[in-house]
Parts: sequence; structure tokens; C-alpha cells
Amino acid sequence: MEIRIANVRKEFGRFPALHDVSLDIRSGELIALLGPSGSGKTTLLRLIAGLEHTTDGRIYFGTEDASARTIQERNVGFVFQHYALFKHLTIADNIGFGLRVRPRATRPSRKEIRRRASELLDLVQLPGLEKRLPRQLSGGQRQRVALARALAIEPKVLLLDEPFGALDAQVRRDLRRWLRELHDKTGHTTVFVTHDQEEALELADRVVVMSQGRIEQVGGADDIYDAPASPFVFSFIGESSSLPIVVRNGEAWFEDRRVAIAAHDCEPGPSRLFMRPHDIDLADAGEGTLSGTVAMVRRNGGGRRIELAAGQGAHRVEIEVPAEIAPSVGSQVSFRPRRWRIYADPASVKGTANAAAAKASVPARAIAAE
Amino acid sequence: MAHAFSLSRLRKPSVIPGFGLTFGFAVTYLSLIVLIPIAALVLQSASVGWDEFWRIATDARTVAALRTSFGLSLIAALVNMFFGLILAWVLTRYRFPGRRIVDAMVDLPFALPTAVAGISLGSLYAVNGWVGGLFDFRITYTSIGITIALVFVGLPFVVRTVQPVLEDLDKELEEAAATLGAGRWRTVIRVILPPLVPSVLTGFALAYARAVGEYGSVVFVSQGLPYVNEIAPQLIVIKLEESANYGPAAVIATVMLALAFVLLLFINLLQAWGRRRFGSVG
Repeated sequence: MEIRIANVRKEFGRFPALHDVSLDIRSGELIALLGPSGSGKTTLLRLIAGLEHTTDGRIYFGTEDASARTIQERNVGFVFQHYALFKHLTIADNIGFGLRVRPRATRPSRKEIRRRASELLDLVQLPGLEKRLPRQLSGGQRQRVALARALAIEPKVLLLDEPFGALDAQVRRDLRRWLRELHDKTGHTTVFVTHDQEEALELADRVVVMSQGRIEQVGGADDIYDAPASPFVFSFIGESSSLPIVVRNGEAWFEDRRVAIAAHDCEPGPSRLFMRPHDIDLADAGEGTLSGTVAMVRRNGGGRRIELAAGQGAHRVEIEVPAEIAPSVGSQVSFRPRRWRIYADPASVKGTANAAAAKASVPARAIAAE
Repeated sequence: MAHAFSLSRLRKPSVIPGFGLTFGFAVTYLSLIVLIPIAALVLQSASVGWDEFWRIATDARTVAALRTSFGLSLIAALVNMFFGLILAWVLTRYRFPGRRIVDAMVDLPFALPTAVAGISLGSLYAVNGWVGGLFDFRITYTSIGITIALVFVGLPFVVRTVQPVLEDLDKELEEAAATLGAGRWRTVIRVILPPLVPSVLTGFALAYARAVGEYGSVVFVSQGLPYVNEIAPQLIVIKLEESANYGPAAVIATVMLALAFVLLLFINLLQAWGRRRFGSVG
């Protein structure tokens, strides 16, 4: 079942939670809604489920307008962060709940419901727990029961709200792999919400990065990581440092020094230079390089992290270097980014700050050297 | 009530200090306030002798009074259970102007002297009263009037025991039920009510116990017709006035006490079952 979200807007009172969001979800796809808290990702998921109503815009399940249907009729499987299992019901009764509450005409027999519950318990790898109560299970087990309960109604789509958020790291990793396998086996169109980028990039076919009620970028892990569409995506995904620069005549200037990076495709004006710690090389001091004072040196597994204060503004830049290199704190170091992106950012230079212009930060072309 | 049964934990070392002190205090306090007066009561009733005790206890008037007391109290407690649940629901689920005032009003039956309540109920429901005049049957001086008084004094219990539990009930449970296809009514019956069972039972037991012991308001609503609608506390007062000593009154009181104890014990067991079955909340 494909889902089409068309120009959806959602306001809570006067607070806008989503601004004009459109998204196409393909049938059978596993898609992640990723963003910091307050980005609107959970709101979008709840709108798809019918737990909230859109202020404006439509949501289609296939060709059918789902906005006209109640939650009960939408037939979605929803998994909550805190499981939301019915504490007074056994595991089997929890899983069978969606079947038992059907109208008499479509309700399977008690025996059939029990059989289906056992079958689903096998599917989520918890055989033999039918008679237990939710409180007798661990967090990871409860979440699998919640998933089995959602699958029992044979949903058109499966929606998961931070499904692993309440679990510890090891269980999280196991469940993540397990969910991927389960998805490949059952083929449900699945949308899950997370604030954990590692989880999103590893698990999903496509990731929807959201910020402040808007979709910033939609793409696979490679697109998101290698070609971030906005400064927000660049800084939200992975590690990064950024410097305020000015683009003038196709050249990039940091404070009063020219930086030897190609900028002829960038819009002239105040901009921001983004780079990742492992995409920066140390260089000999000289024309076109950047430089800074070493503020901190940390051993970091196989390599070493250097934290620099660059320029008069003492902008923080992190560089990853091989473990053999260990500059002393306070020494002067020059560097040059190997890969970078420049985004126009009028707000980054004092005096020219303009709130409206800052919002419309235009993604500029970025260049990878070599 | 049920907490006294955890004596098996007496010897276990605990990280919570002060067991000896607080337990000693609790026992002393309970003895002074509850156990000694009750023991005195039982002793008084024994003073009349076994034959006399049995005669008074099984006297037709006594049995009728006890039946009226426990029967009408049961009806009143059931009414309070039902409407208390609805009141608690409205107070926790909806935000409406004057909610705080309604919330405070629930406690009024506690604050009002029961005699005052009895007088105002009595005049309202009298044949020529504002409410009583609307009906073409008598309310005061009948079982209906007594039941209304008992409902009044027991009102806050179910509301106050259910309210906090209802407030803590996770809204996601209802959302989960809805996504699984359950309509509003099914969600209420299968998802919301079961976790409330233990607290509803607690409120019911309290309202019931309160109604059984009620005297002040009832006497203003009903003079108490022997064998018809005389309640046990009324009969106790009559026995006191008739007799030179406390004996006969103490006998009826002791029987009441025994019945009430058995009932409360039964409700307690029911609660324990409810907690096992429906899970303690949280």
C-alpha cells in the first residue's frame, strides 16, 4: 500500500507543528522519519495513523483519501514507544485484541484467534509466552509483543513511534536487525520515527530528515550523508564543523584570508563552509590554507582528534588525524578540507544578519576535490 | 486493613529504617483508637449472658433492622459506585468552566454535619417539599428517603479513589485500542474499566462501610418504622433509651460489627483478586 502525503499542515492551537509537508511512500518500503525533538516527525506519523487530524492537506492510502476515514477504519498497525500493552490481559489476549473487537460478522472464532496469536508469537520469536502477563516480560519482549499485536490485524501499513527508544543499547541493536529481517519477510509498508540517525541510516530504505515542521531532505543513506541538501542536514547527520566565510568573485574568504577551495559556482555573499573531521587534512602553512590554535587533543580509538580554535572568532574545528600525529596544545596548525560544502548563509556575518534571509538558506553547489 | 497481614515480613531486614518504631506506634494507636473500644463493646454485650444475647440478636425486629441497614447501604453503595465513576470520569477527562468548583463540591458531604444534611434532605424530599412534591409517592419516611441520605454521605469515596487512577491511565492505551479497531464503547469496557476495578472496589467498600454506620442524617429523613424501615443504629439508640444499661444496645452493635467485619474482609479479598487479575496500576 503506497501512502501519499499531499501538502499537509498541522497546527496545535496556534502552534504550527507541520508546514506544508508532502511525501510519497512506496509500497513495501521501510522508511524512517528522522529529526530532533520538535521537528514534527511524530506528528506526521500520528497523522498517517489517524490519531491526529490534519489542519490542511490530504493523506492518501493508495488512491483512497484516508482523511475521510476514522482510525478504526484505517487499518494501520501502530507501535508505541512505551509499548502500550494492556496490562490486565495475557500476551495471547493482547495480540488477539484487534481480532476480538471486530464486529461479529468478521470476527474469527476464539480458537482461530488463539491460533493466530500463537503463530504471531512464533513470528516475533517469543513462542510459548501466551499465558504470561505483560509485566512478566522484559522491555524488548514487550515491544515484540506490541509489534505482534499490531500485525495481528493484517494492517495496510505499519507505523512505529520510536520503537526502540525505551530500550538499552544492546537490545536496540538486536531488535533493529530483527525488525529489518521481519520487514523483508512480511513486506509491510513500514514507517518508523526515530531521533537516532544511526538507527535511521542503518535500518531504512529511505530516510526523511525533518526539522521545525519541514522536510529537509528525503533520500537513501548515501544521499543524506554525502550530499546533504541543507546546512541543517549536514550538521545533524554525522559530525561536522563549520566556518563563516564570504564568497567573492568565485573565491572563498575566511576573515581576511583567501581559502584555496573552489567556490565559483557558489552565490556571492556571506556563506558557511561545512566539513567533516575525517575530510580535513593537515597542511603546511601557506597561501590558501586555514589555520588555528590547538585547543585540545584526544586519543580516539585508532586515530586522534584535534580541536582547533580558528581565526579571530575562535571558531571550533575538529580534525581527525592518524594517531602518530600529536601536536601540542597551544601550537599553531594549518589545514585544508578535502571534501566540503558551502551554503549561502546571510545571517552568519554580523551586521548583515537578516532573519528572513537566513531561513531561506540556499543550498549551494558543493565540490569534492580530486 | 489488608496491611496488617504482612506480618511475615516482620523479621526481614530492610533498608527502610524505623520499622520497630513505626510498627509499635501503629499497633499502640490502633489499640487505643479502635481495638480497646471494640473490646469494651464486646464485653458489654457479653454482660447480658448468652441466652439473652441470642434472644436479642435473633429477635425479629433486630433482624429486620439489620437487613434494612445492610440492604439499603448496599443499594446506596452501588449507586455511588456507578455515579462516582461517571463523576470521576467527567472530572479527569474534560476541562470545562467550573470544574474546580464541581471538584470541591464532591467533598461537601464530608464537611457537612450529617444532621444538617438530614434536615435539608428531609425538608426537600418531604411530601410538600421542592423535590418531594414532584412525586406522587412518599420519599421521606420510606426506604427511598433513607437510601438518598446514604447515597449523599457516601458520594465522595468512589470519586476520590478512582480519580487518581484514572488520571494516571496512559492515554496511549486508548489510542492503541483505537488503531486495533476498537470503538469507543469497547475501549471503555475492555481497556479503561479493568484497571479501575481495584480502586472502584476500594471506593465501594468505603462507601458501604460509611453507609452502614450512618445515623445522623437518616433520623431526619425517616423516623424508622419497626420491621419496615428502621435501621440498626436507630434500634441501638432505642435500646439505650429503653434499658438501664448498655447491654442490649451492645448486643446489636456487636452483631453489626461482626457482619461489617465479614463484609469488609470479603471485599478486601475481592480487591486482592482484582489486583492480581487486573494488575496494580503503574
